Amino acid sequence: MKIIEINNLTKTYNKGKVIALDNINLAVEESEIFGLIGPDGAGKTTLFRLLTTLLTPDKGNAKVLGYDIVEDFEAIRESVGYMPGRFSLYSDLTVKENLQFFATLFDTTIEENYHLIKDIYEQIEPFKNRRAGNLSGGMKQKLALSCALIHKPKLLFLDEPTTGIDPVSRVDLWNMLKKLGREGITIFVSTPYMDEATKCDRIAFIDNGHILNIESPENIITNYKQNLFAVKSEKTYLLLKALEKFPKTINSYAFGEYAHVVLNGDENQLKEYLVQNDFKEIDIKKIDPNIEDCFIEEIRVISQHNRGINEA
Amino acid sequence: MKHKELIVDGVNITDKYAIYAENLTKKFGDFTAVNNISFNVEKGEIFGFLGANGAGKTTAMRILSGLIKPTSGTAYVAGYDVYKEQEKIKNNIGYMSQKFSLYEDLTVVENIKFYGTIYGVKPKENKERTFTLLETLNLQNEANKLVGSLPLGWKQKLAFSVAIFHIPKIVFLDEPTSGVDPITRRQFWDLIYDASNKGITVFVTTHYMDEAEYCNRISLMVDGKIAAMGSPAELKNKYKANDVNEVFYHLAHSAKRIE
Repeated sequence: MKIIEINNLTKTYNKGKVIALDNINLAVEESEIFGLIGPDGAGKTTLFRLLTTLLTPDKGNAKVLGYDIVEDFEAIRESVGYMPGRFSLYSDLTVKENLQFFATLFDTTIEENYHLIKDIYEQIEPFKNRRAGNLSGGMKQKLALSCALIHKPKLLFLDEPTTGIDPVSRVDLWNMLKKLGREGITIFVSTPYMDEATKCDRIAFIDNGHILNIESPENIITNYKQNLFAVKSEKTYLLLKALEKFPKTINSYAFGEYAHVVLNGDENQLKEYLVQNDFKEIDIKKIDPNIEDCFIEEIRVISQHNRGINEA
Repeated sequence: MKHKELIVDGVNITDKYAIYAENLTKKFGDFTAVNNISFNVEKGEIFGFLGANGAGKTTAMRILSGLIKPTSGTAYVAGYDVYKEQEKIKNNIGYMSQKFSLYEDLTVVENIKFYGTIYGVKPKENKERTFTLLETLNLQNEANKLVGSLPLGWKQKLAFSVAIFHIPKIVFLDEPTSGVDPITRRQFWDLIYDASNKGITVFVTTHYMDEAEYCNRISLMVDGKIAAMGSPAELKNKYKANDVNEVFYHLAHSAKRIE
């Protein structure tokens, strides 16, 4: 049995004027960490809300743990854990009270499943008598995750669990998700951090209500066919502007210390151009793409395609 | 209006620095949120203010933007004293946070007009700048839509543009790109570079370590103190790290204070 199975799912808002999800198909296997990656407004949260039975679709259907998202919504609610993107716990209850509340609601106790949340809950336990509304962003996320896990769900929905979280806590959180995966819990997660996509077993790129690609992160990287270079010089800002104007540039963008540039040409031509334009300390190297390069390329191809349609 | 010159150790800090802080401390009861920090930000610089959740970044930023007073220490922002001249500081800075920045139930144009007006931009000027802004952000078709209906990335770009609409000396950005996708984040940084090129000093916090690389200098706060400061290249060199992420991990994972 597939843990999640989505068939031709469509959801519109505003009497059909806004198409949030357009004919989506997708399946998630048992114990998988499945990542949903896409820009703001792509339809990620809508998909989470459909699968957690908070919304109903316009067309198509989906099964979660074998239950239909419309007919069997009660069964789904009992068996999944859901951490929404927006903080949704009770601000005027304490940390401990929130956790207690969720345990009681699902007819279990904190003690029974404590081993699942131990790693993360221990970090907020010193503040267990603080009201949830007074926690910092990172602590709120940790509490929300603990509450979503306390009934030992078979499937965990996490909508951007690491947004606003510092890099050290992000590593902690992903280590914990890996561990849950080994316990047999399936995880359906969205994130705006591309480096986190590589920690998923498979990912789906989503844009503008469409699923573009479903692959393992390794395959997505292997399938990248462009000539990609990392470029550095003494003047970053001007370099970025110059790269945009280079006739052989297909795409260029900042990437940390370096600029990344997709070329329809080789590095010597680029070097010549930069020297002509008075850049110094030029460093150009051919590089393998990372997942963020792949995502940017997907979106570029799609938007080019859409522009073609609009102009035609 | 030109304010008085401030000389510290023979340096005219009003001319040289957009922000000058020495031994700045803020206590809440027996908790020291900001512990004796000293740093300067030069005019026109993009300064990245990094740290783990709860390290004290937001508190420091609230002091520097004139919202709360420090417990002890010295700090001048745009040449104004954080103890005595909070209102002048507010007039000379822009501020944008990840949580609240725009009114969702006003339209794009109404938000711009509102902020322009409270910062004293003259009506004619207000109109002209609004036109340019909508063009720069490619928001002409959305001008009369409610801000609440825009995607997050658009909102953040608009919020930044509104925060510098009155052309402040310094703009404070508190996690402006949290949750924003990779393409929109880069467009956001284009806006930051443009502002910096126009002479606006940028003071920014972020959890994206690739963005830390876009700053001229960064500081890293751990447990209320500044654990490291320098250009990204200097810090990578010093800690023998491949990227800022490694520097961050090296320094911040030893933090005692949780959140």
